[in-house]
Amino acid sequence: MSDRGYVLVWAALMVLLGATVAASYLGLGRLGIALALGIAGVKTLLVVAYFMHLKDEERLLWIAAASGFIWLALLIVGTLDEMSYRALLP
Amino acid sequence: MQTTLEAEARLGAETARLGMWIFLATEVLFFGGLFACYAAYRFLYSDTFSLASARLDVLLGGVNTAVLLTSSLTVALAVSRSRRGRSSDAGFWLAASSLLALAFLAIKGSEYHHKFVEHLVPGPDFAFEEGSPGPARIFFGLYFVMTGLHAIHVVLGILLLGGLAVVAYTGRLRPGEDARLECAGLYWHFVDIVWIFLFPMLYLIGVSR
Repeated sequence: MSDRGYVLVWAALMVLLGATVAASYLGLGRLGIALALGIAGVKTLLVVAYFMHLKDEERLLWIAAASGFIWLALLIVGTLDEMSYRALLP
Repeated sequence: MQTTLEAEARLGAETARLGMWIFLATEVLFFGGLFACYAAYRFLYSDTFSLASARLDVLLGGVNTAVLLTSSLTVALAVSRSRRGRSSDAGFWLAASSLLALAFLAIKGSEYHHKFVEHLVPGPDFAFEEGSPGPARIFFGLYFVMTGLHAIHVVLGILLLGGLAVVAYTGRLRPGEDARLECAGLYWHFVDIVWIFLFPMLYLIGVSR
């Protein structure tokens, strides 16, 4: 990627940083959480694809990269799902 | 056209990158355990977590995020120079990255100092009046452990990037792709990604009340 490309990615990251901070002042509650995580996810994808060059790598590396996040998603979703049932039990 | 030496270096670097990505997957779960802990306690005590988070300095946290994002840019530029065989230019960008990382630590250190002074460190001196006292301690405990673990990773990153800056500046990077630099670059971007999530989760949940 050219220097200009890297700087453009950086600029996008800075804009998204501003968006994250601005959105937090909107007081959106549960939607705010999803929005914050969503913006962080987009920033992560930009860093992973362009700065870490995953876009140019083989699918095998994509699988290795994705596996960590998939297992983390299982951990968090599983934990929160279990906890959300506690209030319902007698 | 690349020489046999460059082709060998490229194959070595590709193999090293695969191993590095697998290592980073384990690191995702290393930090991920703490994020899961955070998610669980925030789910239970979201109100107190918001109150506690409001005591963190959003401006300093935001500036630090910008510092780390910029350091990822400079590392990417360094790797780009390295791949084009411009070793001493790569050294310059690696040195810049190390300086930005040091700036991050300086800002973090100042934040920690303020937390000590304001009695927000979980322990006998802890004093936080709002919300439930237990969950407030949990929030600040998570704050120090998560940012502390991250800061340790930043220190290691500075040692790696700084060391490679010297290697690069003296023209000793491998032609084509240098496996050491490629792996250090991936490590640093990972450290940046962890902070990309830490910042909104710790600093921004108490902003709008």
